[in-house]
Amino acid sequence: MKANCWVRPNKVEVQDVPDPAILNSRDAIIKITSTAICGSDLHLLDGYVPTMQEGDVLGHEFMGEVVEVGSGVDPAKLKVGDRVVVPFPIACGACTACQAGLYSVCENTNPNAGLAEKFFGHPTAGIFGYSHLTGGFAGGQAQYARVPFADVGPLRVGPDLTDEQVLFLSDILPTGYMGAEMCEIKPGDVVAVWGAGPVGQFAMDSARVLGADRVIAIDKEPYRLRMAEQAGYTTVNFEEVDVRSELLELTGGRGPDKCIDAVGMEATHGSHLIGSYDRVKQAARAETDRPHALRQAILSCRNGGIVSVIGVYGGFIDKFPAGAWMNRGLTLRTGQCHVQRYMKPLLELIQRGRINPARVITHRLPLAQAPHGYDIFKHKKDNCEKVVLTP
Amino acid sequence: MTHQSRTASGDRLTRSLGWLSLGLGIPPLLRPGGFVRALGIDDAPGRCAAAALVGVRELAAAGGLLALTSPAWLWARVGGDVMDLAMLGSSLRDRSSWDRRRTVAATATVAAITAIDTYAAITRSRSRVTETTGTTTVSEPPQKVYDRWRQLASLPVFMAHLDEVRVTGERTSHWRAVPVDGRHIEWDAEITEDVPGERIAWRSIDNPDIWNEGTVSFLAAPGGRGTEVHVRMRYALPGGRLGQFMARLLGEDPRQQLDDDLRRFKQVAETGEVVRSEGAPAGKRARHEFPQHPARPLAADELEEVRA
Repeated sequence: MKANCWVRPNKVEVQDVPDPAILNSRDAIIKITSTAICGSDLHLLDGYVPTMQEGDVLGHEFMGEVVEVGSGVDPAKLKVGDRVVVPFPIACGACTACQAGLYSVCENTNPNAGLAEKFFGHPTAGIFGYSHLTGGFAGGQAQYARVPFADVGPLRVGPDLTDEQVLFLSDILPTGYMGAEMCEIKPGDVVAVWGAGPVGQFAMDSARVLGADRVIAIDKEPYRLRMAEQAGYTTVNFEEVDVRSELLELTGGRGPDKCIDAVGMEATHGSHLIGSYDRVKQAARAETDRPHALRQAILSCRNGGIVSVIGVYGGFIDKFPAGAWMNRGLTLRTGQCHVQRYMKPLLELIQRGRINPARVITHRLPLAQAPHGYDIFKHKKDNCEKVVLTP
Repeated sequence: MTHQSRTASGDRLTRSLGWLSLGLGIPPLLRPGGFVRALGIDDAPGRCAAAALVGVRELAAAGGLLALTSPAWLWARVGGDVMDLAMLGSSLRDRSSWDRRRTVAATATVAAITAIDTYAAITRSRSRVTETTGTTTVSEPPQKVYDRWRQLASLPVFMAHLDEVRVTGERTSHWRAVPVDGRHIEWDAEITEDVPGERIAWRSIDNPDIWNEGTVSFLAAPGGRGTEVHVRMRYALPGGRLGQFMARLLGEDPRQQLDDDLRRFKQVAETGEVVRSEGAPAGKRARHEFPQHPARPLAADELEEVRA
């Protein structure tokens, strides 16, 4: 089959690879109908996530049709012919973490847990197409994929919804939603979101659904800010104004009640001086992540507010404003999304028309053009917001 | 307590090295000048004196290896080899060698002997008892987790280093490890304490290849989170401290082994099997597979190998 593979930093390639086969009894093989490129795939492309190997199949946002199930799959939960959306964290459903709804830190699905533990202190769950640190599972930017614990994660969807309406239940919609949910939004809250990429857009949509009075989008790409504006959000372009002053202006000097970092470890900065400082330290491996959005979110948030982090970080950061965080009583919440927890409720919101995930799609490409998709998404060419690939 | 899994006594390789020392010790003592020239080096008085000292050293090592049979003399040989390599190297550099071909040949021979001596020294060194502990929490009640562990024959499912465990009696069993350098390591074990739902203790018996003993305890985890499994084991690896260091270099850190084994025990208990990925398709051998198989589907022949 064809699959989009990581070759080396800044190089992905569509290659011919063997078809997937059942390795564990609760596996299913999915014939993929739609798959997407995620912002976090760009961290892999750029070489900031360790333990990538040449030939790794990328992709963790995909859906399709079940074509084969292992002997251990509960037929009441999944059978051949079902149309499913696959959540990106692989979760066993049985361990203490899964029982508590913390699927992205499942205790059983990372065969390289010993390695992950060295990086993170404790291991995290397996993830499709997302380095060997998260298990070395082949990804879903391909024609077929093997899905472990297929009777736990995949969500069955009926024929009434299109792929584009439900595909993002695999990752970015639940991720954005969890970002807003962690904010414990109360009536009257002003929520600021750093990053108007797809996850940021869904964090904004979710904040509104959860009752935020006003949602502010912070980015520098005019087309991304325009997309937020069209959805009804206030926009701040950090290349044009000082973000903190602007946020104070917009909130009567209080600062946003809740702040969401939907940027992560490769932030850019309005000030070239500070941006270059982090860039150089990252290149020299003196810090692994560029945390500018996180610093700004912490400094901007109102006293006693909540800062919710859904942008991906991989290692260490420098100049963390611990003083602001501690003295002003901020709450910092974060996590890889526990997708399984949110799929059904969000499917309902989609069915009821409360959220329209397809609004972020700007490019539809065949799988064969995946490298081009990475290129325009990474370099923000052609107003690229979200690329959906069709195998 | 120190356990000797293997000593120098009665060992053919050690004795051979003793005889080699004897053979090498006599010529430089009797005719130092001739010995030095045979190596292709000119026979200045200083060099003849050095050759005589080498002879004395070799005879001492021969005596040590043949009479006292202590592995310390194997390490002495390794030290002597290093000195010889240094001296040969310096005569190659300062041009006191009049026949470089002979000197180079001598250097190569000494290098080969160094390798054999090092191998013998490591493998014949007195082994040291190491204690390792590991723990995990399994979401099943203690009795059930105990019952699982008590099925000794199923331990190789999750223990990377075990090929087979055969129950041979009510309290005895025969254990076979996966081959290391083509050699199977085996031992018999007996259960010395067996408290259902609480604790199993064992020790190896009858001259095992690896002496070992240990306990595994099952404690109720707080908050109804199942069972804490605590393993404490003591074992004697051949090769002493250096052997352990080498093993660690090769990725065989025993503590990590145990952690990984326990993680897989938890997988089997909670999900029914050892979880496999394309990167670690063999499941229990994951740690030995870095760099791993790429995270892409396996080819037909690779699949066959994994399923075998």
